[in-house]
Amino acid sequence: MASMVGATVVRKEDPALLTGRGRYVDDIQLPGAVSMAFVRSHQAHARVTAIDTEAARQLPGVLGVWTAADLEGLPATRSIPGMERPCLASDTVRFVGEPVAVVAAQDRYLAADAAAAVVVDYEPLPVLATIEQAMAEGAAPIVPGQASNVVMDQPLTEGDAEAELAAAPHRTSLRIRNQRLAAVPIEPGGCVASWDSTGLTLYATVQAPHPVRNELAVMFGLPQHEVRVVAPDVGGGFGAKASFYPEFILTAELSRRLGRPVKFVETRSENLVSMTHGRAQLQDIDVGFDDEGRLLAMRVAIVQDCGAWPDATGAGLPTLTIFMSGGCYKVGTIAASFRSVTTNTTPVAAYRGAGRPEAAYLIERVVDVVADELGRDPVDVRRVNLIQPGEMPFATQWPGIVYDESDYPRLLDTLLEHLDYEALKREAEERRRDPQRPLLGIGFSTFVEMGGFGPSPLFEQFGYIGGWESSTVRMNPDGSVVVSVGTSPHGQGHETAFAQIASDALGGIPMERITVRHGDTQTIQEGIGTMGSRAIPVCGPAVQRSSDKVRQKLLQIAAHLLEASEDDIEQDGERFAVRGTPGAEVTVAEVALTAYKPHKLPEGMEIGLQVMDYYEPTNLSYPSGAHACVVEVDRATGQVSVLRYVAVDDCGTVINPLTARGQVEGGLAQGIAQALLEEVVYDGEGQPVTSSLIDYQVPGAPDVPGMETHHVEVRTSFNPLGAKGLGESGATAAPQAVVNAVVDALSHLGVRDLDMPLTPFRVWTAMRAAEEGRAAAASDGTGPPPEAMRPDPAAPPPPDGMPTPPADGDDTWKVTP
Amino acid sequence: MIPAEFDYVAASSLEDALRLLGEHGDEAKLLAGGHSLIPLMKFRLAAPSVLVDISRLPELRTLRPSDGHLRLGAGLRIRDLELSPVVREQVPLLAAAAASVGDRQVRARATVGGTVVHGDPAADIPAVLVTLDATLVLRGPAGERELSAAEFFVDFWETACGLDEVLVEIVVPALPGRRWAFEKFRQRSQDWATVGVAVQETADGEHAVGLVNMAPVPWRASPVEDALRSGAAVPEAAGHAAEGAAPPSDLRGDSAYRAHLAQVLTAKALTTAGAGS
Repeated sequence: MASMVGATVVRKEDPALLTGRGRYVDDIQLPGAVSMAFVRSHQAHARVTAIDTEAARQLPGVLGVWTAADLEGLPATRSIPGMERPCLASDTVRFVGEPVAVVAAQDRYLAADAAAAVVVDYEPLPVLATIEQAMAEGAAPIVPGQASNVVMDQPLTEGDAEAELAAAPHRTSLRIRNQRLAAVPIEPGGCVASWDSTGLTLYATVQAPHPVRNELAVMFGLPQHEVRVVAPDVGGGFGAKASFYPEFILTAELSRRLGRPVKFVETRSENLVSMTHGRAQLQDIDVGFDDEGRLLAMRVAIVQDCGAWPDATGAGLPTLTIFMSGGCYKVGTIAASFRSVTTNTTPVAAYRGAGRPEAAYLIERVVDVVADELGRDPVDVRRVNLIQPGEMPFATQWPGIVYDESDYPRLLDTLLEHLDYEALKREAEERRRDPQRPLLGIGFSTFVEMGGFGPSPLFEQFGYIGGWESSTVRMNPDGSVVVSVGTSPHGQGHETAFAQIASDALGGIPMERITVRHGDTQTIQEGIGTMGSRAIPVCGPAVQRSSDKVRQKLLQIAAHLLEASEDDIEQDGERFAVRGTPGAEVTVAEVALTAYKPHKLPEGMEIGLQVMDYYEPTNLSYPSGAHACVVEVDRATGQVSVLRYVAVDDCGTVINPLTARGQVEGGLAQGIAQALLEEVVYDGEGQPVTSSLIDYQVPGAPDVPGMETHHVEVRTSFNPLGAKGLGESGATAAPQAVVNAVVDALSHLGVRDLDMPLTPFRVWTAMRAAEEGRAAAASDGTGPPPEAMRPDPAAPPPPDGMPTPPADGDDTWKVTP
Repeated sequence: MIPAEFDYVAASSLEDALRLLGEHGDEAKLLAGGHSLIPLMKFRLAAPSVLVDISRLPELRTLRPSDGHLRLGAGLRIRDLELSPVVREQVPLLAAAAASVGDRQVRARATVGGTVVHGDPAADIPAVLVTLDATLVLRGPAGERELSAAEFFVDFWETACGLDEVLVEIVVPALPGRRWAFEKFRQRSQDWATVGVAVQETADGEHAVGLVNMAPVPWRASPVEDALRSGAAVPEAAGHAAEGAAPPSDLRGDSAYRAHLAQVLTAKALTTAGAGS
């Protein structure tokens, strides 16, 4: 029988989704439902001196307007103790987009009109739009009760590695800004709350319904079974739908007060200021290395921009960055610390990769800078540092962070087989000499990240009750199968992948006889949720185990019916037979039916065919890969074009090559977009400049280059499926592959580093600065200029964290990192 | 992203539209393709209380050759300009610029008249009309009047079209066989131009140059044309592209970058259009 795991299977969910029969939150129409709209702050930091809701209340169709004062006692959203964000700002607003009031009306148009009619008086407070401003001497703390805006200040190592850095033959430093991004799921945030005699029901576009249920139960003082949270079809989440939002509480509270269902669906403009942002790290790195480029010591200091309210996961993301900062290399020693800083901006939390892309970018830029300093090939510098397969599992210096089985050198070799690197290097050199041709650059990214989030002791630290997953497999009396999983998909293709796993584990039950259910706390047993590339590596084994147990029972019943020994029973899809006894057969459906007929079961066997099981992983898994990007840079305009993108990934066992390709390509699209296009920008007053998709530059399909994806499968021993997870690999791998390629293309000009996104404007500005620097150096005889391009680690950061624009002083370039 | 309340009236004829405009004054806005107006309303930057729909009026979707010119009905879709064999042959610059607007769905809805009266200097068609020395025909309660494209575009999002007037026709010279070029630089494949350049060889063999997104209005780069006229080679002439312009600064580039792009793109477009040869 052919295995379904590893087979290319078209997604079971696609016929409905592609023909408009998906059911998203806004498709849920409950009788009598009313619409909720927010009055949001347009000030980044201000005292609220008065809120006049009278005019809004008088508008037709308005059922009510509520401010924080009207909802006294309403719980805040959960966060780090002492930093909980109230659902509505009371006396102070802290970022543009923070809700100050809510309106309920008969429909969303009336609600929007009413929200527009609420008049809020503000008294401006000093705006701290950047981490530099927020950390400046005398800056008032944004979160009440805090001593300063540095809400976490944690060394992760005792020493500062200064002795090791000083002793290294070479040493250099680098400052990296991993810019702020928006998740931009195609379905923005939204929820519908409704109360009835059984309690509270919340339909919400979330990645983790069970944790939302747990929170709401505490907040409303209900037993958990009286709160039902349903994640219907979810149109993308990318981590941002793993956070808890004020609207979950507010729709529930308004529904309780009004006795009617209350729906809230964000507009795209709201989504860009309300849904948590990602990345937003400033990293200072010192690195010591030898003549071959071996990384002997590294010091990493991270400042995480938390936005105005520290998110429960967001504030601690730098820990993941630091754990992964050594990448797939043996780094002599790493000294690391981080500070999480509040600013008058939208809160920052998980975004595809959540802390690990920041690490992969960091170390992969470091490796390229080291290669540049030594005049060595970046591939060679990677090779001397790579952890070797014989050294796996590899315990990093961080307790509990143990890389599972992989073969990093083989990934790099496989990549080079697809690349013809020598020819590309020759072409790049030829093009440098021909001013008529665009420049060519080649960039590499050999990376490792974390997948399979768990086990429980680790995942508890992110606020989840555990790091396991669950699965119930039920075979119906007709032999069809329902698999209920604790993870909750938002585009990944779980209904297909888990059916493949169950099909194999049940001995070859056809895919079309298996249905996967998810995302409803009333019908699904306990679950944690979908984030951190954990569905396949953590929930997959749970599906496998519960399916195995059902199959064991099927075999027992089949043996009983066929009056044979269990060891002699063979299964061929939906048929059991006795080995060596032609004609002795029984179908799966007959066996399944028998399971529900106790008088026909073996003595003492329990009725039914249903098994629930949990799986707790032994550790995180570590998906890895080697990627390369070939770019062309237009000399006149600075436009970067990706000519080739080649990805070799090791996600362990590949369940479905088609969906695996989808995951890699989707992640790469977002990673390439981070490198070239996307950035959430605030001006000096904390006003979002990228407040619509006109300015927040999400790529369209034609902007995403063709990609070549390959897999090297090294199974992990950390879970029985051997799968490591793949959802975040592309987004983790791509940014540095692209940036390394562009820096390579410009290296002959003395360009050593560039900050993302590499828009044509930014690349052109860097080229022009480099050329002016060279011209100046040539004219005053001081020789080549590269030092001029290098950041001086002793120099204070630029005032707003980014180069201010030349001459005309347009403040839109004052950027929050 | 949710517009304020408004009424909707479908005009039964051009006369009916004019009557409705007269009736509602500055409370009314004409709705054609809606691709500029509706976003403004969704952002609540515009809140007309009445929309007068003229998108289905056949009299605005005409395309007539006339005395060495093409008369384009303001209600033609951008896609009509892109695909019309007549436009492609007689005014290929306009067809090419039309093909570069938005995506196919946008082009199928948005009208040429809509993009013109919106007066956005970052739009492509207005700069092409300025380059072509197009004439714009407006009809109001007092009858018709004609304005040159240069007179029509007044400032950022501001045109000479009165509140009680409807842009009915756009008259462009037919220039079959004359050389032209349209260069559009954008950050994404479906995006507004960071800078665009239109070059058209005129009937008397000179070259007209218009710029997208280089000033508060669609911009005619006269200094380039003057330089060419006085015998300058392409690189030198293109060096004058940003002269007198006032390019904006935003995330896609500051004014210096736009000035540079204008020069680069102008040189390329002039070469394509056979200037200086």
